[in-house]
Amino acid sequence: MSTVEATPAVPAGVTLPIYMDNHATSPLDPRVLEAMLPYFTGKFGNAASRNHSFGWEAETAVETAREQIAKLIGASAKEIIFTSGATESDNLAIKGIAEMYRERGNHIITQVTEHKAVLDTCKRLEKYGYRVTYLPVKADGLIDLEDLKRAIDDKTILVSIMAANNEIGVLQPIAEIGKLCHEKGIIFHTDGVQSLGKVPIDVNAMNIDVMSLSAHKVYGPKGVGALYVRRRNPRVQIAAQIDGGGHERGMRSGTLNVPGIVGFGKACEIAGEEMEAEATRLKSLRDHLRHKLESALDYVEVNGSWEHRLPGNLNMSFIYVEGESLLMGINDVAVSSGSACTSATLEPSYVLKALGLGDDVAHSSIRFGLGRFNTEAEVDYVADKVIGVVKRLRDLSPLYEMVKEGIDLSKIEWAAH
Amino acid sequence: MAYSDKVLDHYNNPRNVGALDKSSDEVGTGLVGAPECGDVMRLQIRVNPETQVIEEAKFRTFGCGSAIASSSLATEWVKGKTVDEALGIKNTDIVKELALPPVKIHCSVLAEDAIRAAIGDWKKKNHVSEAVEVAVAAK
Repeated sequence: MSTVEATPAVPAGVTLPIYMDNHATSPLDPRVLEAMLPYFTGKFGNAASRNHSFGWEAETAVETAREQIAKLIGASAKEIIFTSGATESDNLAIKGIAEMYRERGNHIITQVTEHKAVLDTCKRLEKYGYRVTYLPVKADGLIDLEDLKRAIDDKTILVSIMAANNEIGVLQPIAEIGKLCHEKGIIFHTDGVQSLGKVPIDVNAMNIDVMSLSAHKVYGPKGVGALYVRRRNPRVQIAAQIDGGGHERGMRSGTLNVPGIVGFGKACEIAGEEMEAEATRLKSLRDHLRHKLESALDYVEVNGSWEHRLPGNLNMSFIYVEGESLLMGINDVAVSSGSACTSATLEPSYVLKALGLGDDVAHSSIRFGLGRFNTEAEVDYVADKVIGVVKRLRDLSPLYEMVKEGIDLSKIEWAAH
Repeated sequence: MAYSDKVLDHYNNPRNVGALDKSSDEVGTGLVGAPECGDVMRLQIRVNPETQVIEEAKFRTFGCGSAIASSSLATEWVKGKTVDEALGIKNTDIVKELALPPVKIHCSVLAEDAIRAAIGDWKKKNHVSEAVEVAVAAK
């Protein structure tokens, strides 16, 4: 065993460490930073100041950003409510709708692979007397529309299903879900964080009523999010969860983060212009990465639907290698693992488990999140590095050795600890 | 999470990786952990039947860097010890040596279990009874 094979030469133009974790956050696009800078110093006004030019200047900038964001999702500017980020947006949407429509019903439908900002919000509502149905997902990570139809009853007020999953990148059938909800007169909320600027979204064509958005996943700044709230057909009402000065049509009080909002707007404008070409490029890089890994290694599996997936996502399990030890070996590459050892709870990824994968497969998973600034040379380097480390760790793995000897691991009585 | 230099050293240069002939009477094999828990260790020892000294130790581990380091260290430590001396190795010694953080203590426990399992297997093969073990330990 040599450590040499695990260290491929760094190709020209590649700087280490390489960032390939764009589902966690994305780097700020320099064009976005440029748009933001004037609003930190000279143009520092409060967008709610109605009686002087500093306020007007800030308000104009905020309204421009509202237009830019609305345009990317086919909405009108008045339907965009600014928040501090997608976690707040998810909380505001679900709690605000639950409170506002309490007299109509107390039943909410969501699904098991949602982000914790949705799941934990729903769990809290259960304590307050709401009923929540957590739909299962199929092995490909998608919900079954028949399950959704069956779960709807006369007390259902809200369906919350994410557009794209943050771990496995699978795209839920949002248009079909939206159509079904509108037929039944149920509000449809979607967590659109991962899909914004990555795949086309049209709130009208897809019958989306409420959508959570975040700036920092789309090459904008952290600390800024938005909630799209439909104003017509139907007009959706949301009870404010933060009380104060009545900003944002009374749905979200608090002085607006003007530079952040300007950045969010610019990021959406760029995404609208470049999404198509970027998606094509990222898909080709991702396919190249998958092909390289699969050509060199046995016992690798792609987790989740390949067909219905974000362009930049590759979630793969390298069976018989534990994820954290793999991350340790590729320490000049930033990716994520579904291994328990990398989580605060010491539980393997609940998303991967929901697909029906065994804990052992979840422990072996790596999420590659390709983004705007990744290059083909980086992908080649990462693939070579991963291949080297997986081979080295499999030389160390008693499981890989046993499988190679023809031993059926499922027949062994393991002592769970 | 930052790893200690010793964990990194064992991870990058694991000692005594490999396998011994598990059918040999001189070899004891311990296989502990479970794939669904994210760590499995196999530790093997070859014991001199005359002296009861562990002359060779090998391991293979599926697990995080700390699990690999704990088992690699365990093979280093058991070598040259008698089986009963080796039974005196405690997981807390491994924690101390590798500076493992609290969330990684289970890796050291597993390594101690692996040592005990390997010695237990060897004893079973060689019909070394508990009485003998006590007698030897009392010396």
